[in-house]
Amino acid sequence: MRKFYTLLSREVRGYFHSPIAYIVLIFFLLVAGVDFYFQVSFMNQRQVQYTVQEAFFNSVFFWFAFVLIFPLITMRLFAEEFKLGTIEPLMTAPVRDWQVVLGKFFGALIFYLVLWIPTLLYFGIFLKITNQPAAHSGGAYLGSYLMLLLLGMFYISIGCLTSVLTRNQIIAAVISFCAITLLFFLGLVQYILLDVSSATRDLLGYFSAIEHMVTFSRGVIDTRPIVLYVSMTVVMLTLTYQAFQSRKWRL
Amino acid sequence: MINVENLTKRYAGQPAIQNLNFEVGQGEIMGFLGPNGAGKTTTMRILAGFMPPTSGRATIAGFDVFSQSLQARSHLGYMPENVPLYNDMRVDEYLVYRAALKSVPPRRVAERVGDVKELCGLKEVGKQLIGTLSKGYRQRVGLADALLHEPDLLILDEPTIGLDPNQIRQVRELIKNLGKQHTILLSTHILPEVEMTCSRVIIIHKGRIEACDTPDNLLGKIRQAGGVLLEAKTGTDNGVEELKKIAGVRDVMTDVDGEWKIFSLRVESGADVREQIFRLATDRHWTVRELTQRRATLEDVFVELTHPDVI
Repeated sequence: MRKFYTLLSREVRGYFHSPIAYIVLIFFLLVAGVDFYFQVSFMNQRQVQYTVQEAFFNSVFFWFAFVLIFPLITMRLFAEEFKLGTIEPLMTAPVRDWQVVLGKFFGALIFYLVLWIPTLLYFGIFLKITNQPAAHSGGAYLGSYLMLLLLGMFYISIGCLTSVLTRNQIIAAVISFCAITLLFFLGLVQYILLDVSSATRDLLGYFSAIEHMVTFSRGVIDTRPIVLYVSMTVVMLTLTYQAFQSRKWRL
Repeated sequence: MINVENLTKRYAGQPAIQNLNFEVGQGEIMGFLGPNGAGKTTTMRILAGFMPPTSGRATIAGFDVFSQSLQARSHLGYMPENVPLYNDMRVDEYLVYRAALKSVPPRRVAERVGDVKELCGLKEVGKQLIGTLSKGYRQRVGLADALLHEPDLLILDEPTIGLDPNQIRQVRELIKNLGKQHTILLSTHILPEVEMTCSRVIIIHKGRIEACDTPDNLLGKIRQAGGVLLEAKTGTDNGVEELKKIAGVRDVMTDVDGEWKIFSLRVESGADVREQIFRLATDRHWTVRELTQRRATLEDVFVELTHPDVI
């Protein structure tokens, strides 16, 4: 446990030692801030059926920023170690492969969660200025942030897998970006293909991150997406672990 | 401490090392010698548990490096070639991190980090970013890291590569001192280093062990245990024919320095022909200004074993 914690803290510190962390943070907060501002000013002009918090988590801006941050966060995880050769001292120390894989995964997850902390402020500021809550209930906040956590886990695990497959960070980033974007669009296929059966449409709907977010941001905690994302994360991490172990045979 | 049996590693079918067999006993300083690409790094990486062998087995302190990798790894300190380090960490931070990874008890971490910094001369750079360190300091950080958990065995891959002569001397002294408490396997292609530090030497060439002995025995075994240098005025004599007649002389090469002739003689192992040369010179009335026996160095052994055609 101590080794895992040591690896984890090294990963988290690694983010804040590199300029990538700050660039991602700035980029993300800029987009999120603009998103929030637009949503509020939009709602100022007309009557709408949703709350500020729902609008914020379901806007195009949000999704645009969202799919872009994962390749940036995860590309360096393994690829950098392979490139610099630091994998050699790392793996000749008495640490287990799974400790390294989980250390990197949770390190990235923690950094990802840190990105979201400032957005909590938005809702606080909104309440203070307008004297109106940004959401209709506390559960809506909980649902939104829970969905962020679930999606984050899944997408970061995809990033882990692509990073372990190459020593080139750019390649890792491009592959994970494609994979995440394709998965994301899989949920949109139901709106494009009109001549498919409703069963197919439902099936595709189960994969739709957008739909999940709509549900969760209303405060409806559906167990199906929870099972989907947690199990897919486990699958991706298992694959990462296997791919990481296979390095020994590929040398 | 190290036991290697029939160790073979192939890369894409090409053998990097073939059927290595050797042992390193407790407290030995074993030098691992060979030209570039001979398989030194491959062997060390296998021993350090970084990659598995294609066939054969190796144990460290009785633990198989592959099937009991974790126990084997906790008994050794490994310093990889070129010392890859995290450039974004400070020296102190890195050593504390490594100590935790190597299961140094939490209350001893500060003490151990202090000790290895003292030992490796890292006191004044503790707060510095590793990325800003010079090659010599990076090397020392790597060595300090290898020593952190007080391992029984140190495996050092080219510990003095890229260092200046002063630093090489310092590292050599350090290794010698470490050899008092640790078993050490070190690779190098700097020969004087081996002669000065190692108790035994393995010479590896094209993935095979060519020799494994103490430096002294290796020197003794070599066919041409050096040569003799003679500088003389031989008058009307040619010199070469006369010298070649002496028993034990294999070959004579000449050079000219003004009216002086310089003869380089290759002699049989163990033969001392200087007395005969002196007799010859007095008989033929040669004026001699130098007559010296050149001692064979490990370099000769190395060249002979890894490159027989040159001689």
